[in-house]
Amino acid sequence: MPEIAEIDPVRGRQPLFGRLAEQYRMSDKTGYVMVLPYVLHFLLFTAYPLIFAFVLVFCRWDIVTPMEFIGIRNIQRLFRDATFWTAVINTLRFLALHIPLQIVLSLLIAVILNGPIKFRSFFRGAFFLPFVISGAVVTILWQQLYSTDAGILNLILTRIGMQPVPWLTDPAWAIYSIAIMATWKNMGFYIVLFLAGLQNVPPELYEAASIDGANRYQQFWRITLPLLQPVMLLVVILSTIGGFSLFIEPFVMTGGGPAESTLSVVLYLYKQAFQFLRMGYAATIGFALAIMIFLVTFIQRRLLDTDQPA
Amino acid sequence: MRTLTKVLGYILLTIAALTFIYPFLWMASASLKPENEIGTLALVSENFSLRGYSAVFKQIPIARALFNSGLVSITSTASVLVLSSMVGYALARLRFVGRDSIFNLVLLTMMIPGQLLLIPLYILVVRLGWTDSYRALIIPAMVSNMGIIVFRQFFKALPQDLIDAARIDGCSDYRILFQIFWPLSKPVLITVGIITFIGSWNEVLWPLIVIRRWSMMTMPQMVTLFHVGGLAGAQVAAEMAAAMMLALPVVVAYLFFQRYFIESLALSGIKG
Repeated sequence: MPEIAEIDPVRGRQPLFGRLAEQYRMSDKTGYVMVLPYVLHFLLFTAYPLIFAFVLVFCRWDIVTPMEFIGIRNIQRLFRDATFWTAVINTLRFLALHIPLQIVLSLLIAVILNGPIKFRSFFRGAFFLPFVISGAVVTILWQQLYSTDAGILNLILTRIGMQPVPWLTDPAWAIYSIAIMATWKNMGFYIVLFLAGLQNVPPELYEAASIDGANRYQQFWRITLPLLQPVMLLVVILSTIGGFSLFIEPFVMTGGGPAESTLSVVLYLYKQAFQFLRMGYAATIGFALAIMIFLVTFIQRRLLDTDQPA
Repeated sequence: MRTLTKVLGYILLTIAALTFIYPFLWMASASLKPENEIGTLALVSENFSLRGYSAVFKQIPIARALFNSGLVSITSTASVLVLSSMVGYALARLRFVGRDSIFNLVLLTMMIPGQLLLIPLYILVVRLGWTDSYRALIIPAMVSNMGIIVFRQFFKALPQDLIDAARIDGCSDYRILFQIFWPLSKPVLITVGIITFIGSWNEVLWPLIVIRRWSMMTMPQMVTLFHVGGLAGAQVAAEMAAAMMLALPVVVAYLFFQRYFIESLALSGIKG
């Protein structure tokens, strides 16, 4: 393996360009050939679109007529666009139910599965099943289950003497119905993450705690939960990103309705681009979405850093 | 007390497992039932028939969509495995100027949310004249940043002696990668393969944007439009039959390779 020379012992430190040329001469040329397809793909399908998205933010364009430069009007419009903010608030309402429900239920099941349980891999496999299946299938199926008049969920509710629920037809319910479905679809995945986290807790800690007379509930609250904090954070970050990426669920189930109560940011972006042909504005929404995702992940990671002991 | 918690645990698990399995069984059953029996909880009916399935075949070119989905998922997965392992190998085992910059580029690119590039990518595909073609579905998905990172990490841990011995025998880096490293890399090949294949098979937003002709559609897109576009009419059985045809290949694969699926996809969350 050729060493890349830093300082030539005879000629001493060379100028930067000469050093680079020297290093290039010593480089493995096969390396360049091997990364070439990736670099070309990156330039065409990541770098170019990224720059183009940025240009589009300052333009009005319907693809058919020539592009028109309009300064920061798309950004101004975004801040005044009540429908866009409705979509953001819908996302927050979705997360307000989805995140706590997801954490409590998947942690509960993971804790049970982590105990001395028979058929563990059967249970784990059953919970994981919806996660591998296309969101299109899950939404089409759940739309049927959620049907107000003919759905089996309301059939079960009326059988046990409760009132039927207007799952997808009432603006007050619809986004939460979607949140319940999303929790169901992704729970197996989060159970597996929590199980991995639980298996990383050193058993000595529990032994020491029980010698000190801590019961199992105290052990859970004082040992398990604090040590699961990194997993918790991962769950929150991933489900937040998932919430901001909602598309197929409202697209199939409600079209964003009733009364825009399930309109998601991505569905709004899609409609602006492909129903109204506002490419510039749609790109602006794309940037806003990316910034929100970055901010949320950044804040959540910061929270973890300060809370972590030592 | 201990036994009580244990029994409670099993009851809870069983109820939960039923909540996860029953809807799929109900869907399978509804796809076979006559319309007037669909709104019931029973999973078996005396009047099962394949009418829902034949309605699907009559109204949409679903066989073509199955073929399209298979072709797109298999080619993009194969390409991701070859190209990402090549980059992973170069980044892990070769020395060249700019190597670290390229690795940083991979890490950075992974943080870009896909929705940000959606509109400009669509415009690029339109300009290249790729709409309504396999190129639009396959080429943008031919490389995977996550794949590169997983391969790089795995290849870094393989012993240098393997490479040295092969070089002495006159092997090129390509032969080292594909004939020595690949056979040792089955776990990562399976992981990256499953993540890519499932992602591609289930993808619906991108095809909805770049494909308009029914003959070029993939399964998730066609099944979604069959349902949303009202083509299925009010025939719930036909909608469930179409959804079954989309889910079944993955479910069958999942039943056989459950452990690989769970381990791979759990990793995708941690890495991605």
